Amino acid sequence: MIEVVNLCKAFDENVVLDNLNLTIKDGETIVIIGRSGCGKSVLLKHIIGIMKPDSGQVIIDGQEVTRLNGKDLNELRMKFGMLFQGAALFDSLTVGENVGFALIEHTKSDEKVIAKRVAECLEMVGLRGIEHLRISELSGGMKKRVGLARAICINPKIILYDEPTTGVDPIMGDAINDLIRELQSKLKTTAIAVTHDMISAYKIADRIAMLYKGKIIETGTPEEIKNTKNPIVHQFITGAAVGPITAESQ
Amino acid sequence: MNNWIWGLGERFIAFIRYTGGVFVLFTQTIFWIFVPPLKRRPVLDQMVKVGINSLPIVFLTSMFTGMVLALQSAYQMQKISAQLYIASLVALSMTRELGPVLTALVVAGRTGASITAELGSMKVTEQIDALETLASNPIKYLVVPRFLALLFMLPLLTVYADMIGIFGGYVVGVWKLNITHNLYMEMTWNPLKLKDVVTGLIKSVAFATIICTVACYEGFRVEGGAEGVGAATTKAVVTSFILIIAADCLFTALFYFGFSF
Repeated sequence: MIEVVNLCKAFDENVVLDNLNLTIKDGETIVIIGRSGCGKSVLLKHIIGIMKPDSGQVIIDGQEVTRLNGKDLNELRMKFGMLFQGAALFDSLTVGENVGFALIEHTKSDEKVIAKRVAECLEMVGLRGIEHLRISELSGGMKKRVGLARAICINPKIILYDEPTTGVDPIMGDAINDLIRELQSKLKTTAIAVTHDMISAYKIADRIAMLYKGKIIETGTPEEIKNTKNPIVHQFITGAAVGPITAESQ
Repeated sequence: MNNWIWGLGERFIAFIRYTGGVFVLFTQTIFWIFVPPLKRRPVLDQMVKVGINSLPIVFLTSMFTGMVLALQSAYQMQKISAQLYIASLVALSMTRELGPVLTALVVAGRTGASITAELGSMKVTEQIDALETLASNPIKYLVVPRFLALLFMLPLLTVYADMIGIFGGYVVGVWKLNITHNLYMEMTWNPLKLKDVVTGLIKSVAFATIICTVACYEGFRVEGGAEGVGAATTKAVVTSFILIIAADCLFTALFYFGFSF
């Protein structure tokens, strides 16, 4: 279980997370929605421990991430896989080296074993036999899939998706959504996705949470969110230009 | 007046913060060198990038410097009929001063800029965050190989620059100023002592530390996109140049007054 307790983070005067509380159950796929720049990615980076909060806690299976350092933190990170918004593939390495990175760096596995696992992961994301390609040779959609293959390579317990469908065309976006759902049903991992793409959110989420002004203002199943009475959530999910969100920002 | 003092104070704090940041990165780099495993391949790759690929530009810079040094000294020395000493002057200037400093400046411009641009691009495309999520320390994975490569290769490049510079002087001395081969060689090697080469090498180790630490620090600090990478690269090169010249001045004074080198 992942518990986020009273998490606060500010960059100079800009408060991004303001006493944020959220609980994520094992095996659940939760999608965090919110406007661009509202702090969704910052929340993910706190969960995996690459950002330190100003105050508050992130507790994963009883371990407080915010207090971990060095080896303990790295051990915890080996339970995670993360898909970045721009895939964040290492462009000095090949596709195969990217996918097998964690295995190459942190295990003493034989090269053949690693190569087999890399091939399996690439096959799972529908990209068989591209291990030798350079990252510069891939399209945007392929990069996302390779990023996903890298995220699942070490059989993580928790997968974090940062804007999984941003920057790809709608058809590729839908294919990525299908892939995420498929991986969730196969691997039975806990998944946290952040997005402002509502089509994606409805498709992959067991539960949706809306982040607004540093707090989670509503959580519910996709159906509950669709029928929300909260005017802020309603404006966001319908994409209306006029409403409480825009009125406040004016 | 108040604003002026305020501005000065802010700059001073920024300077202290910058220096502190560079120093912390340096100490962390030293720490991570000794944390196993130390993989050889990334270090060797960087040695090729930093050292072997810098050979042509170091060759040209040192060759022309040696030649110009000989020609400029000839202009003065001919007046007192002391052309013979051109060989000694070129050899000592190259080994003690110009070899280490020029090589460091060339490498700072070429390799330092490339390190900042590479790490900066990795930062803005979240590759450094990705490294951390994959349980790899960015300093261990990115800085240590570059640091070790520069630490080994810059002194070697300096020795290479010394030899090429001396050869440049030889070309002018023997073919233009009609000094005989034997005499030129004798006047080159006789005044040259091991300590002259060693002081240059000590400087080059310090310069390697400056180039790598500043370049990596700037790379890790990049914010924004391409503009941020460009600004950081410029800053890394300018800062390295200033620190190299300042460190050269310090070491020269130290060798001169402190150790009678």
